[in-house]
Amino acid sequence: MSAVQEVTAAPALEAVPKRAMTLGAGTSLIVLALLIAVPLFVKNFIIFQMTMLLIYGLAVLALNILTGGSGQFSLGQSAFYAVGAYTSAILMEHIGMNYALTLPIAGLICFVFGFLFGQPALRLSGVYLALATFALATAMPQLLKLGYFEHWTGGVQGLVVTKPDPPEVVQSVLAWVHLKMSQDMWLYYFTLVVTIAIYVFSVNLLRSRSGRAFMAIRDNEIAASAMGINVALYKTLAFGVSAAITGIAGGLGAIAVQFVAPDGYTITLAISLFLGMVVGGVGWLPGSIVGSAFIIFVPNIAEGISKGLSGAVFGVILFLVIFLVPHGARQVAMVAQHLLGRLKKR
Amino acid sequence: MELLTNQILAGIATGAIYACMALAVVMIYQAIDHLNFAQGEMAMFSTFMSWQLMQWGVPYWGAFLLTLALSFAGGIVIERLLFKPLAKAPILTNVAGFIALFAIINSCAGLIWDFTIKQYPTPFGSAPFLGSQLISTHQAGMIGVTVLLLIALYVFFRYTRIGLAMRAAASVPESARLVGINTSWMIALGWGMAAAIGSIAGMLIAPVVFLEPNMMGGVLIYGFAAAVLGGLTSPFGAVVGGFLVGIFENLAGTYIPGVGNELKLPIALALIITVLVVKPAGLFGRPIVKRV
Repeated sequence: MSAVQEVTAAPALEAVPKRAMTLGAGTSLIVLALLIAVPLFVKNFIIFQMTMLLIYGLAVLALNILTGGSGQFSLGQSAFYAVGAYTSAILMEHIGMNYALTLPIAGLICFVFGFLFGQPALRLSGVYLALATFALATAMPQLLKLGYFEHWTGGVQGLVVTKPDPPEVVQSVLAWVHLKMSQDMWLYYFTLVVTIAIYVFSVNLLRSRSGRAFMAIRDNEIAASAMGINVALYKTLAFGVSAAITGIAGGLGAIAVQFVAPDGYTITLAISLFLGMVVGGVGWLPGSIVGSAFIIFVPNIAEGISKGLSGAVFGVILFLVIFLVPHGARQVAMVAQHLLGRLKKR
Repeated sequence: MELLTNQILAGIATGAIYACMALAVVMIYQAIDHLNFAQGEMAMFSTFMSWQLMQWGVPYWGAFLLTLALSFAGGIVIERLLFKPLAKAPILTNVAGFIALFAIINSCAGLIWDFTIKQYPTPFGSAPFLGSQLISTHQAGMIGVTVLLLIALYVFFRYTRIGLAMRAAASVPESARLVGINTSWMIALGWGMAAAIGSIAGMLIAPVVFLEPNMMGGVLIYGFAAAVLGGLTSPFGAVVGGFLVGIFENLAGTYIPGVGNELKLPIALALIITVLVVKPAGLFGRPIVKRV
């Protein structure tokens, strides 16, 4: 209740050093090899789930850039995801555009949308920003249902999206060695390439001048502005970049699920993405994939343990995770790295 | 003109619900400095407990007081068991904890009392209040209780030793500890009080929205909005915010063409955000001055 609050006592996140935000080269290669090899040996349904894993991973990564990078909290990511998904779906179904080309457009539209939303959000922080983004998330499904856009969005029923075939080149090359590639597998590898590209971009972004500006703002806004950082510009930029990546994830999600409908993008999605970020470790980009696995698989596991009490089981699991590792997967990785280091020394 | 007054009266009646909830939200915000997303579910669970007590034959006011005591204890237990270990964890981890608590309480209530809608009695009766068709005696009683609660809280925080200690523990924990305040227990006390106020809100709201595990979903959102609008640091602001949100919502539904039930919430929220952009600390909140 005091009117004066020490800024040092109130940062939303503790500072994450720049280098601790990524994985080492060796580990990255192992993860990459696994991501490439596993789909060759599993059923189509599991490939589909792995695709969703990457897509949600991207969305969590986007939130991580916003919250872990620039220290702004958002419960509105589902709105950006929805805009991306609808952009891709409308371009593919109404205009007949190639699915791959719709993604950059979805990203661009979401960037503009996020950048503009970031303007009023500039004046808000903490809980107030949470409420503003929350409002965006609750409004989005209702806006998509509006009669004015029904011709384009399909109203309550949504739109059906066709699943792309592997391109001719790939098919003919594979036919040479008597192999066939399913639509699911093609889509998985397509998503994987996009994911890696965005991951590399994000890592480099956070290492760049802009990334350092984000982190300076996160750690102490006043000090950052005193050092000559344009706080307003970089905060809105963070919103824009985060929205763009979420939008691309949304577009990919629409293609993978083959369907967009307003009720698929409610506040529940935004909360899931938030949980994914916390479980993966705020500000640790590789954790995004761990968080994404958590929000995809744990609800299913909880349902498997008890149908009636699935919510309670989910809550208990979540509590266990945050009790054991309050800093998420990042903490696990750091402990593992520490142990490995000790082994090497001997 | 009559339509306008009627809509405003109806808005005040629904606003009383939001004001009640907002008061509970502000209460816990003062004690722990976070917004508790599970607040609504805690209130819902308390309301179910009182309903169960009444089913067992306890009279209304007996059940009311018993529930108050149980909720107070329950709030303290939740803090000691689940959130004290997280005191050192990052804020966002705490928020994840609230979401987990939300899922657990909602799911358990669904299992114990199932998802059918239940009638809930009112102590005030439901006849029209002073001849007005729009406000019933129950709603008038609800407004009365909210105002009483507000006065009681004001006195508690302003004039009692323990109220002062709680305020100190919430705003500057280190200094509070140095002057001998047990800050850890002040937080637990805050949880207990918030749970008790939430249970009052729940028991007052239940006759209007009916009793079921998801009854608080909508109410809590408006409660948060009201609390933020009024300023999270001010219980008085929360109550005013609650009434304003109720009136906003009703007027938007009536006067803006094309706004059905579905768009009421987004429009109410958009208005609130507009207010916040102009006055970032809420209508009655104290702006926080930052020091490097």
